[in-house]
Amino acid sequence: MAISRLEVLKTYKIYIGGKFPRTESGRYYTAVNKKKEALANVCLSSRKDVRDAVIAARTAFGDWSSRASFNRGQILYRIAEMLESRKAQFVDELIRQNSTTIAAEKEVELSIDRLIYYAGWCDKFQQIFSSVNPVASSHFNFSVPEPTGVVSVIAPQDSSLLGLVSIVAPVIAGGNTCVVLAAFEKPLCAVTFAEVINSSDVPGGVINLLTGNPEELLPYFADHMDVNAIIYCEKNAAETKLIKEKAALNLKRVLVYDKTNWVSEDGQSPYFIMNLQEVKTTWHPVENIGGSAPGY
Amino acid sequence: MATKNNTLKLKFDSARNLAPAPESKNAATIASRYDLFVNGKFEKPLSRKYFGSINPATEEKLSEIADANAADVDKAVKAARVAYDRTWKKMPAKERGKYIFRIARMIQEKARELSVIETLDGGKPIRESRDFDVPTAANHFFYYAGWADKLPFAFPGKDPEPLGVAGQIIPWNFPLMMAAWKIAPSLATGNTVVLKPAENTSLTALKLAEIIQEADLPPGVVNIITGTGATGAALVNHADINKIAFTGSTDVGKIIQRAIAGTNKKATLELGGKAANIIFDDAPLDQAVEGVINGIFFNQGHVCCAGSRLYVQESVYKQVLRKLKDRLETLIVGDPMDKNTDIGAINSKEQLNTINKYLKIGQQEGAEMYQSSVDIPGKGFFCRPTIFTNVAQSSRISQEEIFGPVLTIQTFRTDDEVIEKANNTPYGLSAGVWTDKGSKIFNLTTKLRAGVVWANTYNQFDPTSPFGGYKESGYGREGGLHGLAPYLNLDKDCSFNRW
Amino acid sequence: MLTTLTMPEKTILHKPDFTHTPSVDQVGIIERAARFTKRSIKNETKMNGLLLSLNMIDLTTLEGKDTDGKVKQLCYKAIHLHDVFEGLPTVAAVCVYPSMVAVAKKALGSSGVKVASVATAFPSGQSTRDVKLRDTRYAVQQGADEVDMVISRGKFLQGEYNFVFDEIAAIKEACGEARLKVILETGELGTFDKVRKASEIAMYAGADFIKTSTGKISPAATMPVTLVMLEAIRDFYYKTGKMIGMKPAGGISKSKLALHYLVMLNETLGEGWMNNQWFRFGASSLANDVLMQVMKARTGVYQGKDYFSID
Repeated sequence: MAISRLEVLKTYKIYIGGKFPRTESGRYYTAVNKKKEALANVCLSSRKDVRDAVIAARTAFGDWSSRASFNRGQILYRIAEMLESRKAQFVDELIRQNSTTIAAEKEVELSIDRLIYYAGWCDKFQQIFSSVNPVASSHFNFSVPEPTGVVSVIAPQDSSLLGLVSIVAPVIAGGNTCVVLAAFEKPLCAVTFAEVINSSDVPGGVINLLTGNPEELLPYFADHMDVNAIIYCEKNAAETKLIKEKAALNLKRVLVYDKTNWVSEDGQSPYFIMNLQEVKTTWHPVENIGGSAPGY
Repeated sequence: MATKNNTLKLKFDSARNLAPAPESKNAATIASRYDLFVNGKFEKPLSRKYFGSINPATEEKLSEIADANAADVDKAVKAARVAYDRTWKKMPAKERGKYIFRIARMIQEKARELSVIETLDGGKPIRESRDFDVPTAANHFFYYAGWADKLPFAFPGKDPEPLGVAGQIIPWNFPLMMAAWKIAPSLATGNTVVLKPAENTSLTALKLAEIIQEADLPPGVVNIITGTGATGAALVNHADINKIAFTGSTDVGKIIQRAIAGTNKKATLELGGKAANIIFDDAPLDQAVEGVINGIFFNQGHVCCAGSRLYVQESVYKQVLRKLKDRLETLIVGDPMDKNTDIGAINSKEQLNTINKYLKIGQQEGAEMYQSSVDIPGKGFFCRPTIFTNVAQSSRISQEEIFGPVLTIQTFRTDDEVIEKANNTPYGLSAGVWTDKGSKIFNLTTKLRAGVVWANTYNQFDPTSPFGGYKESGYGREGGLHGLAPYLNLDKDCSFNRW
Repeated sequence: MLTTLTMPEKTILHKPDFTHTPSVDQVGIIERAARFTKRSIKNETKMNGLLLSLNMIDLTTLEGKDTDGKVKQLCYKAIHLHDVFEGLPTVAAVCVYPSMVAVAKKALGSSGVKVASVATAFPSGQSTRDVKLRDTRYAVQQGADEVDMVISRGKFLQGEYNFVFDEIAAIKEACGEARLKVILETGELGTFDKVRKASEIAMYAGADFIKTSTGKISPAATMPVTLVMLEAIRDFYYKTGKMIGMKPAGGISKSKLALHYLVMLNETLGEGWMNNQWFRFGASSLANDVLMQVMKARTGVYQGKDYFSID
């Protein structure tokens, strides 16, 4: 009997602060496909991983939010490029996670295009949603969107790549940083996506990705005092209520995308960026000397 | 050159002691009892209960106000729902706008009466009611009136729709203006309203109800129900409300967010603040000092965006402090109805107690308290303008919102240091920065995490200018184009659209 | 200390660098000035303010067509503002050209009303140092108690601050006992920052008063520009302990406006400045408007112009 080559199995780790550690808890769970066949052993992240990830996200926020929007656009475009180059791997993982070939290919392509879509918005949404306000007094007054801060994301459970990309892209396009919990039962391409991010000039900590049980981790995503907003995508009234209640602790902005069809055109819009922006209004006096208005 | 600046002192006693110049009370009629404004009519509360409303400057009773219970709230919400379904939703937008214009004009016509009532009821100086609260309220209606038939222009790619019935709860610091900030955008966007004024300051909202009645606004489009916190809670918890707009304390804001957690109600929360006002050594110092004074003593410091934390660069600290103390001496504290009063009455006994509690805390913390030498009336609720020096970032008086005429002063050395200190708070409503250097202004205004940043000015407001906070100062904007969004459904796929 | 300030050769050593003087925000200063006009001045405060205003007036005639007769009549008015009302104060001074000083001095006699004379090639100041000094000395010799000089605005705007400083210091020396008012002609300086700078130069160079305008240029005195100067005086006082007087001139013709100025003065510099030693109104038509208000307060009847003498 000829010895065939033994396949090297991939270890699916979590992604915090630009590094791929295992969960600090040392726990794991086995992701399976429809036939209950084991796909991989995946980190079962703990609340302490959430803690570490939020610290990484907060640390990264200053630099990421103050980068030129043009630069953020380039980096989002780079993510798309890297995703394109690893298309086959994502298709393969999606199929392993029960997708059909056609659906898997479409999902990867849409995900790439969605990144391109948001890469383009990085330096444009501000122009659409800013205003110069014609105040009655002698002041120059303008309002601009600024990123909300650190966002915790419970990624969609069913759309494990496209849903993830559709949510994360507008979050970071707008200058926020995030901590993402990947789809529990379909974590493979999320972790691989983290590898794409890691090789796409995205600074460490801008996107942090955990795998694990939403039921266990959701409370920590919702009540962490250094998280400014939370995104949740499931139609689960009890969990939605829990999130909103816990979010009240520090008045997190709560976004529930439970009706969004990520495959459709409605799955992308600059309003997804704006949902994670704070509008800042700045005033400054305007001197009024000379010309026909003496004022002096 | 020899300096005597430690012994030199200017005297301002005569500047403060002017002959009384009281505004006449005759300009206003206050009924002895006010009912609830529901479905276009003033009706007795189902609760059959009333509570007294006093003038905080004299502690005399002004009127009796209806205390709405849950059944009254239900009645008002039903009226608003019927008005929404049958009238308001269907009305052409331009006609809706014309109603709002009409209300704006009537506020202007009755400006003097409204000012007098606002001052009698709330204790704020008549100069402020007359020159700020009432005109700003009218202007707000004027501004939003014009938006009614232009909404699609505000939201590219969207076809905005109203939310339905808005439940609105407003605070006691700017009673009429807050009512305008709440009602004007909701009407412009096609929503109907149930508004609850603050328990201590219901009168101008009820006068506004009279104006709305006189303007022939279809019954039920605006309902104004008075009451206490329990009334507000009933409104928040009413099942048929689509939108909660609340201005008040952060604590209550959190309670509201929790209360509506299991519902699809949207919310705008305008909450507390502890704003940093930062003076650099190259600033126009006299204007900066005036901005600090205006920032903390405007409306007795009952302002959520009050510049309550002053940061002064160490190289100009002594100069700024002396200027501040001199200016403090010229502030006239007393009868709010006197046209010369700069600081009127504290809104309520409870609030005065809170302020006094913080004055004690500050002294216990080792901060140095300085108050002006002004005499304050023996009756009514008054507080001298107060500044605390020798304050640390960790002092409670520099961390917690006092909501009174109390300023804390800290020094700083570098830009980095002051940005960090200014942002070191759970709040993020407003901030001020004073420097003559343009590039520094933009550095600061970009890095300060606050919804409104005043550079070389402070406490400016305008209907066209969005107002609202970051972090625990709440979410949503009021004013300007951005103030329309919280009252519109832009995205059916997101149960919490912020835009 | 004061002498070092006024002696040119020494002051050079102590002269601050006038390139950097405090900045002024125009919108802020206008807002602050407007705030004073919100004060409602009633009853005894109003009456005191009106009488004080009269007492602070520098009754002025500065015309090419001025004659002895005109000046004498003006001087009579200065002492007898409205004799129907007993116990009215006199004005502070009569302000004339140097050629009229002797006439005014004689007409005012022992009334206590001072004679102020403009000098230094008033109003443009476009002459040589020598002419300006002789102009000043002549006015003083003729009996002027006060000299109102103009600064060299051209030099100032060229950035030659030391020239302006030295010129003022030299004129101050020429004034001897006479008090020196330095006219900045704010209407030609262009910004509040420049007004502040010119104020500093004048005060450090030895001015007893700083004054806004000649009255020949528009805009003349405004409340904001006066406030800028009052704030400069306050800062100078705290730095040196020396009080400097203030004289807004031109455009103040209504009693209500005069009261606003007094409110501004009182709230900026305090009671120490609320007298005619430290504050003057350069005005010619203010007096009658104030008198009408005084009479209105006394009689309760609105007044008519024909009942008040025009001089």
